[in-house]
Amino acid sequence: MAAPIAIHLEFGGGAELLFGSVKEHHVTLPNQSEPWDMKQLLVWIRGNMLKERPELFVQGDTVRPGILVLINDADWELMVGVLPECVLCVKD
Amino acid sequence: MCQVDEEYNGQLEHRVTPRVSKKCVKCKENTAVLIIRAGDAFCRGCFKEYFIHKFRAMLGKNRVIFPGEKVLLAVSGGPASSSMLSQVQEGLSRDAPKKLRFVPGIIYIDEGGASGQSMEERERAVAQLESVFRATNYHYHIVHLEQVLSLPSSVLDAGSSATEKPQTGSSYKAAVDQFIQTKKNQHPDLSVENAQSHLSSLSMHEVENGVTSPITPEHTQALQKLFASVRTLTAKEDLLHTLRQHLILHTARTQGYTKVMMGDSCSRLAIKLLSNISLGRGASLATDTGFSDPRYGDVVIVRPMRDYSSKEIAYYNRMFDIPSVFIPGLDTKAQDKASIQHLTESFVTKLQTDFPSTVSTIYRHPPPSCSTLPAGSS
Repeated sequence: MAAPIAIHLEFGGGAELLFGSVKEHHVTLPNQSEPWDMKQLLVWIRGNMLKERPELFVQGDTVRPGILVLINDADWELMVGVLPECVLCVKD
Repeated sequence: MCQVDEEYNGQLEHRVTPRVSKKCVKCKENTAVLIIRAGDAFCRGCFKEYFIHKFRAMLGKNRVIFPGEKVLLAVSGGPASSSMLSQVQEGLSRDAPKKLRFVPGIIYIDEGGASGQSMEERERAVAQLESVFRATNYHYHIVHLEQVLSLPSSVLDAGSSATEKPQTGSSYKAAVDQFIQTKKNQHPDLSVENAQSHLSSLSMHEVENGVTSPITPEHTQALQKLFASVRTLTAKEDLLHTLRQHLILHTARTQGYTKVMMGDSCSRLAIKLLSNISLGRGASLATDTGFSDPRYGDVVIVRPMRDYSSKEIAYYNRMFDIPSVFIPGLDTKAQDKASIQHLTESFVTKLQTDFPSTVSTIYRHPPPSCSTLPAGSS
């Protein structure tokens, strides 16, 4: 729950332009008391990785309409209702 | 459309909310990996089948492409046209049960001169795309937008149809049967499949792959001057579209292609439909966004990707590793209100998130024939 989490992010289809034209990123999310979820991840990305024009990537709580998100190659919409609520945790 | 995806290394799992992981609605066995349309969850295998089937059904239903015809594929490098290219490859391949039967060629138009890219960036993009095209073994043409400035004005004339091709279903079937018979007679020792590859390899060797002569900086400057003289982004995008269309048409005519396949997805066409109404092109909506556009006479433009949403295309490309190259255009990173087209795109996309049937509602409205349009917008 509190350990830092290492994730691998890939951007494509033009989204990489907002991240310095780099498509693949390996990042480590820092410690925090609550488990990470998608909303927090997006906030973190916006604060730490986005190089320019945040409004082209994030809109409110979620990504801008038109941006597709896959989690482990599966549709994000499959896992959540409307709001990002899926919880990330570390497997033993 | 932009795409973000994330993968977690082996140490992670994500726990889903109380919802149980969904099963595919088609086979009901495998876990679903994506949702398309208004809530149908598909697994990987069923999605691939659905995607491939839709392409062939589109061509089969409309019956405008006759066997042995030369068809030019307009590939911009973007996801939809790259997907179209891979579907054509798939359809023409030997092991497809009901093979498509035409001779494809590829055209790529380098628009970097208009969108202000440097020569290195343009060359890099062209090199990436050339490697994709070479892997297909189809004849390809790389044309720079600067060449449109030296086109003869006869490109604007509508040519007459090359031969009388009756469009009824029975004649199409007869044409297909006749084609198979001819192939069998000409090459009694070759099967139909070998004849097809023989035909395409012939066209490869006859003419050099069409990488046209390098352009000079003066050409680029003339093009940039042309675009700079157009004051609004709306008009620039419209001009770019028109010039692109003329170049494709010219290439098709000079190289003997009778059909052109464009990779417009249904999302793209819905946006185009609404923007065209705003631009005053309401009268030609049916031909601008319909499956086939016969206005040029001898060259017919078809849009086989018309029923695919951009989400389906993006997922298919990702899951099955279809190479596509992102090339920044005129409206990349532009403000929402920078042009009518861009504003319409943002409007439709935002509406689509909350109302997933937006796009299909928009583009189903115009009647298939060139008759009057229903009053008002949807």
